[in-house]
Amino acid sequence: MALAKRIIPCLDVENGRVVKGVQFVDIRDAGDPVEVAKRYNEQGADEITFLDITASHEGRDTTVDTVRRMAAEVFIPLTVGGGIRTCDDIRTMLNAGADKVSINTAAVFNPEFVREAAERFGSQCIVVAIDAKKVSGEGEADKWEIFTHGGRKPTGLDAVEWAKKMVELGAGEILLTSMDQDGVKNGYDLGVTRAISEAVNVPIIASGGVGNLQHLVDGCVEGKADAVLAASIFHFGEYSIPEAKAHMRDAGVEVRL
Amino acid sequence: MATVAVIDYGMGNLHSVAKALEHVSPETEVWVTNDPAKVAAADRVLLPGVGAIRDCMAEIVNQGVDKEVRDAIASGKPFLGICVGMQALMERSEENGGVDCLGHFGGEVKYFGDDLRDEQGERLKVPHMGWNRVEQSIDHPLWKDIDSGERFYFVHSYYVQAKERAQVAGTCEYGVPFDVALYRDNVFLTQFHPEKSHTAGLQLLKNFLDWNGKV
Repeated sequence: MALAKRIIPCLDVENGRVVKGVQFVDIRDAGDPVEVAKRYNEQGADEITFLDITASHEGRDTTVDTVRRMAAEVFIPLTVGGGIRTCDDIRTMLNAGADKVSINTAAVFNPEFVREAAERFGSQCIVVAIDAKKVSGEGEADKWEIFTHGGRKPTGLDAVEWAKKMVELGAGEILLTSMDQDGVKNGYDLGVTRAISEAVNVPIIASGGVGNLQHLVDGCVEGKADAVLAASIFHFGEYSIPEAKAHMRDAGVEVRL
Repeated sequence: MATVAVIDYGMGNLHSVAKALEHVSPETEVWVTNDPAKVAAADRVLLPGVGAIRDCMAEIVNQGVDKEVRDAIASGKPFLGICVGMQALMERSEENGGVDCLGHFGGEVKYFGDDLRDEQGERLKVPHMGWNRVEQSIDHPLWKDIDSGERFYFVHSYYVQAKERAQVAGTCEYGVPFDVALYRDNVFLTQFHPEKSHTAGLQLLKNFLDWNGKV
């Protein structure tokens, strides 16, 4: 298969600054999302995901300005997530230069929003983000549930069924974050990644828990993800994008070199 | 100052393509416009497009873009169509239950299908989203300094199958072989998004701005 698996660095941005900064030696301002995105672009990242965690309303203008500046200098696909609740929010981000938006909590509380957004802007730019956590115990059949509020609030929704529903409503891609793995660095939850990837016909981006380059390979091969997203392993200089791609290529995963 | 009109008919993000053109050629003036006078006055014309073909074709017809395109093509000035901007120039698309398109190129736009598989029998997702290899079928000024087999960024669920093989400039494979670049005289069309395809894509846009419209 000639289509490359995508590597997507994710920037968490608050009030126009990258949270915790990024450790690159040759970068002018490691807190500026535009500088960081440019660096990833030059390194060969296949896409950039920009996750806005700004809480205040005023901060949103900063976000739009950041997206606009980024889109003027980074010529690979750009996804913006965080705080996307209305079609106006989507229009604002697309007009600023985002190629896709990622809808998370809003989809849980109002699934019809996904349909409306897909009809209005096209499925190709609607990513639905799903935060899933394993709820089945040992010896039970695998079951994953959707959580909101950073993994604190259970919703009672089955993750695989939810993903299918989101695709039926028009999601063009699923960004799947396995919560129990997130930040633990044990790798993606391959079970839920594979279950959802096999259940739907749109691309799946695996996210959450990457600690080393083998995790990226596992996400693609065992998890059957179409793209792998990671933040800290790239931000803190542990690994570069070219190193990640070389490792994936050597493991037999098709990548863009 | 050289000028390029990016036709704005309300479908999709034109910011990226305008910025990419400015990036590769700061000395070129980029007009994002749907003013027929400006489109007619520009040295080059670019027809973008994302979303569903029915909506795109409706806007193209309602806003008189069909005439702007026809005149631009007839004028001999360099013309580039991207993604749905390529599909709209074919005869017909099967999307949305079948939509008649502008018919500047012979051939149809078809659905990848719900059970698309690669040679090993692995299921392929639709849309075809990501970086795939483009094999160049001919030498063309727009391929200058770009290797055959280079990867470009795609996002689409429907693909072009040209009637005239002599008009095919590039092909790709995703479960099926399909045509991703077509050409005729002063017209060049791409299914992929050069404005999102990093170095190779920017090179193609630069080649477009350097092109005199002759093959």
